[in-house]
Amino acid sequence: MLQLNDIRWTTETGEKILNGIDLTVPDGKLTVITGPNGGGKTSLAKVIAGLYKPCGGQIIIDGNDVTDWSITERSKNGLAYAFQQPVRFKGLTVKDLLSISAERELSGAEVCHMLSEVGLCGRDYIDREADASLSGGESKRIEIATVLARKDAKLLVFDEPEAGIDLWSFTSLIEAFENIKKDSSRSLLIISHQERIMNIADYIAVVADGKVKTMGTRDEVFPSLMDKTSATRCSLRNS
Amino acid sequence: MNSITEQLLGVVSDWDGSYKGAFNIREDGGCAGRQSSENIKIEPKNDNPGIVIRISSAAQQETVYIPACVTKAGVNDLVYNDFIVEDGADVIIVAGCGVHSEGEEEARHNGIHRFFIGKNAKVVYKEKHIGTGNGKGSKRIDPVTDVEMDENSYMEMDTVQIGGVTSSNRLTSAKLGKGAKLVIKERLMTDGDETAKSDFKVEMNGDDSSIDLISRSVARGNSYQEFVSTINGNCRCTGHSECDAIISENGRVNAVPGLYAANIDASLIHEAAIGKIAGEQITKLCTLGLTEEEAERKIIDGFLK
Ligand SMILES: Nc1ncnc2c1ncn2[C@@H]1O[C@H](COP(=O)(O)OP(=O)(O)OP(=O)(O)O)[C@@H](O)[C@H]1O
Ligand SMILES: [Mg+2]
Repeated sequence: MLQLNDIRWTTETGEKILNGIDLTVPDGKLTVITGPNGGGKTSLAKVIAGLYKPCGGQIIIDGNDVTDWSITERSKNGLAYAFQQPVRFKGLTVKDLLSISAERELSGAEVCHMLSEVGLCGRDYIDREADASLSGGESKRIEIATVLARKDAKLLVFDEPEAGIDLWSFTSLIEAFENIKKDSSRSLLIISHQERIMNIADYIAVVADGKVKTMGTRDEVFPSLMDKTSATRCSLRNS
Repeated sequence: MNSITEQLLGVVSDWDGSYKGAFNIREDGGCAGRQSSENIKIEPKNDNPGIVIRISSAAQQETVYIPACVTKAGVNDLVYNDFIVEDGADVIIVAGCGVHSEGEEEARHNGIHRFFIGKNAKVVYKEKHIGTGNGKGSKRIDPVTDVEMDENSYMEMDTVQIGGVTSSNRLTSAKLGKGAKLVIKERLMTDGDETAKSDFKVEMNGDDSSIDLISRSVARGNSYQEFVSTINGNCRCTGHSECDAIISENGRVNAVPGLYAANIDASLIHEAAIGKIAGEQITKLCTLGLTEEEAERKIIDGFLK
């Protein structure tokens, strides 16, 4: 379980991006964070994963206060995070990256299997460098695979996993999320603007202007989002 | 041969106690073993120290090993090797040089290699360099490579300098005939006070010839590297060079790429990037459980692989 208490984060230039986020992500559930562009979702994910140091508040994972832990320590304790913008590596192959994730040298067949979860035909990619020659959708799916490969991860955070992904791969991805959800010891936090992901959510939180504006079960929050998307945006901005 | 040579050979040229086929092992300026094969004949030179390697058209996918080792301080080895590759031959040449020193004086290997590559011949040339030992004297490797490529021939040069070489100065020049294709892959790592210079001069003289030069390097500590390339397109041809360098600590890299087009149908491209490891690459690997140091090592190992 992840618990965020009054999380605040300010940029180097002093701009306040996160203004007191309170949020609980329970085990065995899928929690979706949605909200307008620039609202602070990715910043929040980076604070959770340890990429950004908050200037206030606490991050509790499974009872441990991890606020001062390094990225590596959080990862070793079961936190996995798929970036919104995948990182490109000159020289590291897809197999190298997935082997680092899995903490052992994977066989070609294992890599193939992992890539099929994100709709990639493995054989064509195993020895490809994870560099800028990959298409947007390819590198995004490989990024997601690096997190799915973390079989030990207890809290999995995905930042807009739908971005740039074709319909067919998206269907396999939804299946992968549903399978993770079945494991009551793992929790899923997905930042998304996608209806199909919100449809399988247990909880939805709306983050805007660096605050949680709405939080509730899917059935409580989802209809209002669909109703008046544009109106919601305006009212969120003004509230 | 001595045990240091054996160790060096293991690292630089796939030695596992023996070589299959043709080989010539050079140790401290002398010959420590030589064997010709039916299609690859190795003979000593008359005028200069060194050998002539004749690869006949009948050689197809054959390998020849020609490593050189310097195993002690005070040795300054200079050797001239000529490779004559007949039309249509297909050969893998495993060169490689190890320099070991425990003394105060300099230990140096200077190999001057000339390649005459016949029509439609194919050559893959692999060369690894390493310096070992705790001697104060510098360990130097200064290879000079001259290549002449006839019609539709192909050559791939794969050079790696793994570490421990105090200074290296590599001069490579090539002249390409019609349809000839040259691929050069260089990987270089320097640390401490090491310096490494690579200077490539490629002249494309025959229509439809091409060069692809890819250099990846890492400069750490106080080391210094210089990359100079001059690609001349004198005909309808394509040239591409790419110099990618990672610097860390006080490492310095000077990249001076040159392109010279003397024909309207010459198409030449150069890409160069020098910088530290991108922070987001380290961060990503940390999110997968590596420490910053482990992440840096992985990235550099992969980059130079
Ligand atoms: N490192 C940073 N330095 C400066 N500003 C930043 C930094 N990171 C984020 N911001 C700013 O913080 C705000 C929130 O950005 P964030 O990426 O968290 O939004 P988001 O909710 O994920 O948006 P989107 O839906 O477009 O992905 C933006 O205005 C962004 O420009
Ligand atoms: Mg975002």
